[in-house]
Amino acid sequence: MGDMATREGYGKALVEFGADSRIVVMDADLSGSTKTGDFRKVYPDRFFDMGIAEGNMVATAAGIATCGKIVFCSSFAMFASERACEQVRNSVCYTNLDVKICATHAGLTVGEDGATHQCLEDMAIMRSIPNIRVVCPADCASTRLAIKAAIDNHGPFYIRLGRSKVPAIYGDDTEFVLGRANQLRDGKDLTIIACGIMVSAALKACDILSGKGISARVLDMHTIKPLDKDAVARAAAQTGLIVTAEEHSVNGGLGGAVCEAVCESSSPCRVIRAGVNDRFGKSGTPDALLNEYGLTAEALADRCEKELNASR
Amino acid sequence: MTKDKELQLKLFAAKCRRWIIEGVYCAQSGHPGGSLSCTDILTYLYNEALEVTPENADDPARNRFVLSKGHCAPALYSVLGLRGFFDIGEMRKLRHIDSFLQGHPCMSEVKGVDMSTGSLGQGISAATGMAINSKYLDKTGYKVYTVLGDGEMQEGEVWEALMSGAHYRLDNFCAILDNNGLQIDGKVDSVMSLGDIEAKVRAFGYETRVIDGHSFEEIESAVTDFKNNAGSGKPFFIIAHTHKGCGVSFMEDNAGWHGKAPNAEEYRIATDELDSAIRALEV
Repeated sequence: MGDMATREGYGKALVEFGADSRIVVMDADLSGSTKTGDFRKVYPDRFFDMGIAEGNMVATAAGIATCGKIVFCSSFAMFASERACEQVRNSVCYTNLDVKICATHAGLTVGEDGATHQCLEDMAIMRSIPNIRVVCPADCASTRLAIKAAIDNHGPFYIRLGRSKVPAIYGDDTEFVLGRANQLRDGKDLTIIACGIMVSAALKACDILSGKGISARVLDMHTIKPLDKDAVARAAAQTGLIVTAEEHSVNGGLGGAVCEAVCESSSPCRVIRAGVNDRFGKSGTPDALLNEYGLTAEALADRCEKELNASR
Repeated sequence: MTKDKELQLKLFAAKCRRWIIEGVYCAQSGHPGGSLSCTDILTYLYNEALEVTPENADDPARNRFVLSKGHCAPALYSVLGLRGFFDIGEMRKLRHIDSFLQGHPCMSEVKGVDMSTGSLGQGISAATGMAINSKYLDKTGYKVYTVLGDGEMQEGEVWEALMSGAHYRLDNFCAILDNNGLQIDGKVDSVMSLGDIEAKVRAFGYETRVIDGHSFEEIESAVTDFKNNAGSGKPFFIIAHTHKGCGVSFMEDNAGWHGKAPNAEEYRIATDELDSAIRALEV
């Protein structure tokens, strides 16, 4: 697949796997944007638009899931994770039901809509709830495999997807194991652990660093929960410096999860968290926002270089 | 309804009330007031309407029940226990650390509980989901009942669920309001008035009935109307006027008994009253 937003990969995956009659899809008046509309066109009998009422949508999905269905529930991340947070916790996670929250338009790259629609806390919130798996894929090929994993593994999932196009990183034959990081580059000086759109930025940062004689390992940590603690511990022990990169608050998301794992590992190291530094977003083009919030490949490479020098 | 059947239901309900008091007393916590107000409704549903037994409790085509006012778990557990879903003596361990009888209904712990509830407003949404599954997905036509509290109707999600129930024309869905008029802080009308509930729900597109929620004859009549409502495209809403704490003199119509356990003396008075009610019905 070429450059596409992960939400587009989601829509295609729903259609691809949608012949399974257990699959039901719900949306809250955003089916054109979240791409559940792709499924709706092919399987209209198993699609339910619930209107602009996300809490009701999620608890209704739980009710359908009690009847043996696999229910995909979509809205923008802001509303799927935070408006409907308690329904996700009590009706979906406590019950351990087969509801997959596929939240699109996550992070800053929603762009011009600004802060009210730029969800920067969802991974932190979702990963604190028992039973739910939290996945943030980097491109469309891995989104497809994340959706497949969500179908194959019983229980709640939160899958974080984006609005803007992202470069293709993986081929169709790529391996995706839930809870296991993909090592995309090996290196010895530091490790960049990224998820979502920051994976391609991490790869570019790795190339920039390489030009300066710095060898960076790059991990695609597509599963934030359960976290691949072994890959984190290996990175800490073998490279001695970890930089996390996420289009999310630095508090409690990928960076927070990696810090927890590093602290509990046998050879802890410094962890630098690149992300949104306890601020709200704002309006702007996605690229302008990533630039302003220091989430470009160049900014990431600079940060890695500076922190590596400080460590030496 | 025959006199005989009515007597049987009254006896079942009296025993259920006795176990509610037993459970809440042993736990020294829980919600007796609302449990006692919805006892007759649950008694009727499980004995006459649902046709759910321990043997068919996992049948995908069974009728469903969701206790949206999940804090009235003692009533649901007592009914399930008396219907043979588990040993009713377990009520003495209600809310205990090693008991499967959680403070609010938990579907993974208790056979016969169709949905975990407790956070108000979510149960009715889940119930409409089950009704959507029956009508549009499995197409087996099973019916879904839910019991709501009137305080619960202050939750916005209840109105979202009512809206989608009407939109999806869930004529297999019946919500029953345990309209006892009281909530923790006092009268529903003084805490946050709901106005004319029947007019509001009718405006949402529901077929409505207003009944005495302690009259088995009236409950049966309304539930029969609901069953005959299939094909109408309209979901059903029964407003059942009830008394909080019904069956225990000092708890009746008293908001103070929303979430409080009786002390030893209160337990003695309550059980004396309920035991004599049971004896009178057994004659």
